[in-house]
Amino acid sequence: MAYTEDELKKELETKEYEYGFYTDIDSETFPVGLNEDVVKAISKKKNEPKWMTDWRLDAFSSWKSMNEPEWSNLHYKKPNFQDISYYSAPKKKPNLNSLDEVDPELLKTFNKLGISLKEQKKLSGVAMDVVIDSVSVATTFKDTLEEKGIIFCSISDAIQNHPELVRKHLGTVVPKKDNYYAALNSAVFSDGSFCYIPKGVRCPMELSTYFRINQAGTGQFERTLVIADESSYVSYLEGCTAPSRDENQLHAAVVELIALDDAEIKYSTVQNWFPGDKNGKGGVFNFVTKRGICHNRSKISWTQVETGSAVTWKYPSCILKGNNSIGEFYSIAVTNNFQQADTGTKMIHVGKNTKSTIISKGVSAGRSQNSYRGLVQISPLAKNARNFSQCDSLLMGNDCGAHTFPYIEVQNKTAQIEHEATTSKIGEDQIFYCNQRGIDTEKAIALIVNGFSKEVLNKLPMEFAVEAQKLLEISLEGSVG
Amino acid sequence: MLEINNLHCQIEDKPILKGINLKINKGEIHAIMGPNGSGKSTLANVISGHEDYEITKGNIYFKDQEINELSPEERAHAGVFLSFQYPVEIPGVTVTNFIKTAINESRKSKGQEEMPSSEMLKKIREKASLLEIDSNFLSRSLNQGFSGGEKKRNEIFQMAMMEPELAVLDETDSGLDIDALKIVANGVIKCSNENNSVLVITHYQRLLDYIVPDFVHIIMDGKVVKSGDKDLAKKIEDIGYDWLKKDNS
Repeated sequence: MAYTEDELKKELETKEYEYGFYTDIDSETFPVGLNEDVVKAISKKKNEPKWMTDWRLDAFSSWKSMNEPEWSNLHYKKPNFQDISYYSAPKKKPNLNSLDEVDPELLKTFNKLGISLKEQKKLSGVAMDVVIDSVSVATTFKDTLEEKGIIFCSISDAIQNHPELVRKHLGTVVPKKDNYYAALNSAVFSDGSFCYIPKGVRCPMELSTYFRINQAGTGQFERTLVIADESSYVSYLEGCTAPSRDENQLHAAVVELIALDDAEIKYSTVQNWFPGDKNGKGGVFNFVTKRGICHNRSKISWTQVETGSAVTWKYPSCILKGNNSIGEFYSIAVTNNFQQADTGTKMIHVGKNTKSTIISKGVSAGRSQNSYRGLVQISPLAKNARNFSQCDSLLMGNDCGAHTFPYIEVQNKTAQIEHEATTSKIGEDQIFYCNQRGIDTEKAIALIVNGFSKEVLNKLPMEFAVEAQKLLEISLEGSVG
Repeated sequence: MLEINNLHCQIEDKPILKGINLKINKGEIHAIMGPNGSGKSTLANVISGHEDYEITKGNIYFKDQEINELSPEERAHAGVFLSFQYPVEIPGVTVTNFIKTAINESRKSKGQEEMPSSEMLKKIREKASLLEIDSNFLSRSLNQGFSGGEKKRNEIFQMAMMEPELAVLDETDSGLDIDALKIVANGVIKCSNENNSVLVITHYQRLLDYIVPDFVHIIMDGKVVKSGDKDLAKKIEDIGYDWLKKDNS
């Protein structure tokens, strides 16, 4: 089968492509470009059932008629969607024999983060003699989860092994046509995670640990679906404090959370994708749609620490559909150099006695721009809804910007809404005070920023809070002249 | 301990100190008094290395080493402590966390390990009781919402924790009622010994009833115009500075 890439492309262009053709190809990466056949091919490659293929195709046809949103406070060169390859098998990192062969810069960062040697090797792709150990750890996790009936696997596996669950819930919180990037993701998502917690089960561990061991490389178009059945609880951690030098420029993930009656989902994210260099060159574009739906008396809590990416467009949201349900959003977004972030949340109150809390902390340094954008919506039926929002911005230097765009729509008179916002600057007097106590300027800034972010850091699972603190420190390194 | 020779300094091209001479030996307590705008706080800032103050002439020696060019943190590591007239707030950083960071950064600079937390805890308890500070206070954000008295007490608590060789107290008595003043002064006295020195900057003689100085210096228009013992402070309290102005001109 000696097709060259050019020939392949031509065939796709002329639509003379036959279903199933791709199974014959050795190459693990598709040629660039996006059309219906590519969508079909992705589905085929993953051996998906017809309903899934149709679902993707439907999303794709919607996407074609949509336009890239322009309302955000972001300025970037729009990606050329025909210039991207939409499927590639997880990239194999070069196999290195020892840490001596790893980029010393990367190792420096690992050490600062306090990542164990073993994990450093794993993250940087060094062949490990202790592999057995980490496999056995993962297996132990798996056994514990299985015992409780918890399903935790890749979304691809879930489509194969639990099609009824996926089919019932996929796209119910973030519809295929929700927005431009969500539609794109729905059409071409490569992989992601699936999690189901059965009725009344309390997931005995942070799903982070497991995740971290297993998830080496993340895909460009990730799809995550978490379902917490009635009266269940799960704490889920996504991402990694270790720097991800992903070469993919565009990331458009979709995360859907479903908390059925009396369930609770705690979803924490630490995002540290390559933010571009000091001159604003390169870096990841991160356009994410994250949303959860709360049924009666259930609770969804989003916590995020965002330090990476050149451009971030992200609004983890809660639809408080059930009565007495609770939505929470705790966020720290740090931008430095030329980074831009437009992030916040949407709290949609539908049920009675619903409550939401928003705590957003933005730290801007260098020439970066950091925007909070949030919507609190109280629908006519949402009696006695309550919201508390607090948006604090911390500025460093004179060239960065902090912006707050709060939208409040109230259609029920019984609602109680509170909004507080502050903007402050790290003062030279604060720095001098710390200096005088023997704390140098970089450490002083880290201390002040950590203090500023404390309310949110406290919401992270313990072991991650420590790493996240160090991450904040590293992200702001060199931000003071 | 501290020797200042013919120190001239300016801020944004405005000369403030115009030839200060001062020598403080180990174990001594010195007080500096002077009218508003005479350069007292400037002197405190220059000693601790504030970069807004530019030294145009003269030298500062600390433990026989010239420190003109040292950064504030290097001076702190060497053993210089400034109790601020207006301590700043750092929201979200507890008193405990701050002092822990300060102590460990100083240790790090000397190539020492971090202080074990049991030792830290013991020290915090000991020094807190010295200044009649309760444990709730230690978990509050640094200086945030503190009363004037609490802020100053916190400064002296930090001094007690860091055990500097030279403590410069910049108007530590301002904003204190008499009870708080006694506690703070008592804390300073308990920390001072034959191996360290204290420089007290004040407007009022009243603090010097509790922290009794070995020497008193009067600064006017950026110069030391008169030095003496504690009686000089009393005289100032009684008759003010005018007689010195005439004397000087």
